[in-house]
Amino acid sequence: MLRKSLSRLALAAAVSALAGPAARVTTLPNYQLWVKDVNAAGGITVGGKKLQIEVVEYDDRSNSEEAVKAIERLGTQDKVDIILPPWGTGLNLAVGPTFNRLGYPHLAVTAATDRAPEMAKRWPNSFWFLGPSKAGAVALSEVLGKLKSENKIGAKVAMISVADAFGIELATAARAAFKSAGLEIALDKTYPIGTQDMQALLKDAMASGADAVVAFSYPPDTIAITDAARVLSYNPKVYYTAVGTAFPVFKGKFGAAAEGVMGVGGWNVDSPALQAYFKRHTEVIGREPDRWASPVTYVSLQMLQQAIERVGKIDNAAIIKELQTGTFDTIMGKIKLADNIMPIVWWVGQWQNGEFVGLAPTSYEGAKAPLFPKPAWKQ
Amino acid sequence: MLLLDILISGLVLGGMYALISMGLTLQYGVARIMNLAYGEFLVGAAFLAFWLYSTIGISPLAGLILAVPLAFLANWAIYRWLLTPLVRRAKSRGQLEVDSILATFGLLFIVQGIALVLFGGQYYSYGYLSVPVSILGTTLALNRVIAFIFAGLIGVGLYLALTRTRTGTAIRAIAVNPTAASLVAIDVRTASAFAFALGGAMVAAGGVLVSMFLTFNASMGVVFTMKALIVVIVGGVGNVLGALVVGLALGVIETGVTRLVDPGLTLAVTYALFMIVLLVRPQGLFGSAVR
Repeated sequence: MLRKSLSRLALAAAVSALAGPAARVTTLPNYQLWVKDVNAAGGITVGGKKLQIEVVEYDDRSNSEEAVKAIERLGTQDKVDIILPPWGTGLNLAVGPTFNRLGYPHLAVTAATDRAPEMAKRWPNSFWFLGPSKAGAVALSEVLGKLKSENKIGAKVAMISVADAFGIELATAARAAFKSAGLEIALDKTYPIGTQDMQALLKDAMASGADAVVAFSYPPDTIAITDAARVLSYNPKVYYTAVGTAFPVFKGKFGAAAEGVMGVGGWNVDSPALQAYFKRHTEVIGREPDRWASPVTYVSLQMLQQAIERVGKIDNAAIIKELQTGTFDTIMGKIKLADNIMPIVWWVGQWQNGEFVGLAPTSYEGAKAPLFPKPAWKQ
Repeated sequence: MLLLDILISGLVLGGMYALISMGLTLQYGVARIMNLAYGEFLVGAAFLAFWLYSTIGISPLAGLILAVPLAFLANWAIYRWLLTPLVRRAKSRGQLEVDSILATFGLLFIVQGIALVLFGGQYYSYGYLSVPVSILGTTLALNRVIAFIFAGLIGVGLYLALTRTRTGTAIRAIAVNPTAASLVAIDVRTASAFAFALGGAMVAAGGVLVSMFLTFNASMGVVFTMKALIVVIVGGVGNVLGALVVGLALGVIETGVTRLVDPGLTLAVTYALFMIVLLVRPQGLFGSAVR
């Protein structure tokens, strides 16, 4: 049955202690932007008719049980046409079975996990947009390995990581990837989530004599580590912090001092489509998007719209098939998923002149050379 | 020198722990309200400081002048209207604890909800006095040193006020035995409200000061409540000096474990100590045996 209004969406917001906030950094603003864009253009064309999107929204409070319940309710009680997933790796893994049972396409965008290929196989209706975290370690070792082969940095790398899902996956993958890139891990320390003083860790990194410091960190730690490095005037030639480096709060706090800092994310700054997207996001939402999963979230929604329009009716099985096999026109160019996994995932970006440019994987269009060595911290 | 470095950095970290814990020890120990919304009030004060600084350029230190009395009044009002009915109804200390946990659990969501509506869920962080200072060869951030100094001043000041003044003695009497206190003509209700409000004022001071260097968002309150709870219970519920000493010690221990053993073990060590204290001295290191 086709409703008068087409896609009723589940927007899963989030407020839990550790996982939630990024839903409001990345996921929700892009859902809102997309709905606004589509409705302003008249709606989604289904079977020759333009249908406006109507939104049904539940707050899952970043709690996986709540998220599962909300999706269950959207599918069986509200009987919505399309369900947009919640934010975060853990939540997307948690709601996977529910999406699968209800037969909706599951666009797991903000989910970076090494289990992505396995999950895509188990739930053919699920699509994974940030790829396996292993790729992140490989991309980083690509950048570091190149600098080392040019004799710009020594072999030693100091590695700090948060003892939580994404940090553990990245650190584990990095141990192998750095080794095969000819790098030696001079310091390998993990810290518990919620650690509030990073100076001690950084002093160990300083003592290690490494030219490159890599922190697989979460947003509050990313800021705390950077703050501490600046206070200690610790300025390694390569400085990388993971999640949060690409967030607007990082730029807002450090401003010009962010210059040369590397982190997870990045984008092709030469692309006019992406430039227009950044501008529109800033205008509509009132703040800049993050430079990692934000454009990817928007891409996933563009793909969804095109898949629905090509199928011409709300037939989830056919929409899933189209998402699996089709090629889509997006702000990141032509995208075709490979085994339900997004082919373009920027893993290393760097703040250069107030923009977080993509560095690696270096084979991507728009990949820039790193600014090297990292300039001294501006106070 | 490594040990001196650990001691100084640890004390500064511990100063922050003490700062965020002393308010809770007053609220829990004296007013007998186990305030689960404690961390939310701390984050609320952090938001106030952020807002003052980013919109009208008032420094967080000047912001204290506004935040502390405001929090005192707000907490007084909360005690008077929200919690007094619970106090009146409670037949025993245990019942009041359970009731206040439930009531403040609800309060947590209200405060968090307001913060979410006003500020959204994203992270906030601003830099204030994030400049290096060198103390005996150890480089520290000035804002953290200031928080440490405030923790020391508040801790020692409160300790003196509680032990050397008449009101302070009355407050301590309530902490020991509210029924007996009312028998010697102490106005338990007013003094409890005062203690609760004072605790609220202190958590606001803590929130404003830590906002200078910590990244926070609307849903982070529980992190602070947990830390404060550990410090308060280990230090002895209701004992301000205990909270100060234990907070500082915790900072030194965590820094020591980070530098000498492994940063991954800081939490394990903290909770192990917590458990040992609960097993060996359930009333806390500085608590009295009779409650």
